[in-house]
Amino acid sequence: MSTIGYDSWAVDLADVGAVYPLQGWEVVMTVVGVAFWIGWHRIQYVRESAHLEAARHAGDEEKIAKALERY
Amino acid sequence: MDGNLNAITTIFTEFYYWVTVVFMFLIHVGFCMYEVGASRRRNHMHTLMKNIMIIPLVSVTFYFFGWWIYWAFPDFPLFGGLNLEAGSANLPWAENMATHLGDRITGVFWAAFLLFSWTAASIVSGAVIERIRSSALWLHAVLIGSVFWIIDAAWGWHYAGWMVRELGYHDAYASGVIHAIAGGYALGVIMVLGPRIGKFAADGTPRDIPPHNPWMLVIGIFLIYTGFWGFYAACNVPLISPEAIGGQITGTTWTATNIYLAPTTLGAITFNFIMSLSGGLMAAYVVSKGDAFWTFSGGLAGIITASAGNDLYHPIQAMLVGAVGVVIIYNLHYWVERKFKLDDAVGAVAVHGYAGVVGLIIAGFLLWGAPSSPFEGYATVNPLGQTIGAFIMFFVLGFLPAFIVSKLQAAVGVLRIPEEVELQGLDYAEHHAYEDAMAEITEATRLHLAATGK
Repeated sequence: MSTIGYDSWAVDLADVGAVYPLQGWEVVMTVVGVAFWIGWHRIQYVRESAHLEAARHAGDEEKIAKALERY
Repeated sequence: MDGNLNAITTIFTEFYYWVTVVFMFLIHVGFCMYEVGASRRRNHMHTLMKNIMIIPLVSVTFYFFGWWIYWAFPDFPLFGGLNLEAGSANLPWAENMATHLGDRITGVFWAAFLLFSWTAASIVSGAVIERIRSSALWLHAVLIGSVFWIIDAAWGWHYAGWMVRELGYHDAYASGVIHAIAGGYALGVIMVLGPRIGKFAADGTPRDIPPHNPWMLVIGIFLIYTGFWGFYAACNVPLISPEAIGGQITGTTWTATNIYLAPTTLGAITFNFIMSLSGGLMAAYVVSKGDAFWTFSGGLAGIITASAGNDLYHPIQAMLVGAVGVVIIYNLHYWVERKFKLDDAVGAVAVHGYAGVVGLIIAGFLLWGAPSSPFEGYATVNPLGQTIGAFIMFFVLGFLPAFIVSKLQAAVGVLRIPEEVELQGLDYAEHHAYEDAMAEITEATRLHLAATGK
């Protein structure tokens, strides 16, 4: 039993192709991968919106002046 | 890999592309340093993060669909349907797109193209610093990096692309397919995004917003030059036989080729890379009267202008083409800035976009009549084909989608950061946290000293 389809390298390498685990599940892995990507954008967008909204109301003039002086 | 010669050729090709990928990583390091150096201190971390996150976002999307587009789109949609057969081996669920002992090339070839994708996205990133929302830029990064540039590559940077066959389009080192499109895309975004606060005086006179760290810019641009060597090598097929090409070349002499499988040599492009860099630097120094920023950028613009034909030019031609390109783009940059009040923070539209367009058109004249391909029935290189190609790259696939998507983002208020945040700087939270922490620990230390009487 091996997750990659081979439990020994006593083979002719000319006959060997894919050697990764979960062969046959590539489409499912793609769906999971795409969900991870889209989910990342969603999480980032929500957090960024909250961050920018909070920043709009920070309102500390002294700190803003310092930020401008910092260049 | 039957036979020793096949085995050595395959392993050599695999290692060759791998080395180019490592070199090209320096382009992104350089872009990061360049952008951070050009930005003001209050925007450092966000500027850096904006560019760094291009790497994973473009990578995963290029794996999911970008690479498939390259193989499926050479004729689509104007001259045929999708090439599903070629595309099928490059889908994310194909066996070849993974650990496969029978395919040593797909991974490194995919990665070489991917590094071009990062570059295209990073070019856009530089133009929009200090006022774009990161989420907005990252959507554009995916679009330019994993959709639009790779469509143009399928059309005009593929041995069977319709632009090569029908127009005689020749763009060996990507004047158009990377630089013109990325410059056009950047222009489309900044036209909607608007300038940074303070960039223009009330009467419309542009103000210079100097980089906070010119030395960081120098290191950044030198790293981009270094990575560009790898980029050039990655544009070649390093070693192939006429039989494997299957075109009109006779005899048995193996050769390096450009991406169209037409012969060139690594020696030729090394001559021309250096000479076009030199021509660009010299012209930029003169035309900008020794301005450091423009001299560094001019070197890059010189290479970009000559890149379309650098597989075939004489080195002196490459030098002069680079020099002419820089003079044109320098003047065009300031004319556009004054006329249209556009704030291109790092000159990306000029250095990449205008230089790419000018380079394509010049190649049409200098290489007029040269074969665009080793295959029968392809149009030869010509000025009209190159000009149409430049229009497709800069405007159709670059400017237009960027402008439309940016308009949509602006309409729903997700393109630009709020004015209050722009004034405070995007790093306001980090700086406030730093200052608060510093004040707190200083006060705590003072109290400790007072309590212990030391």
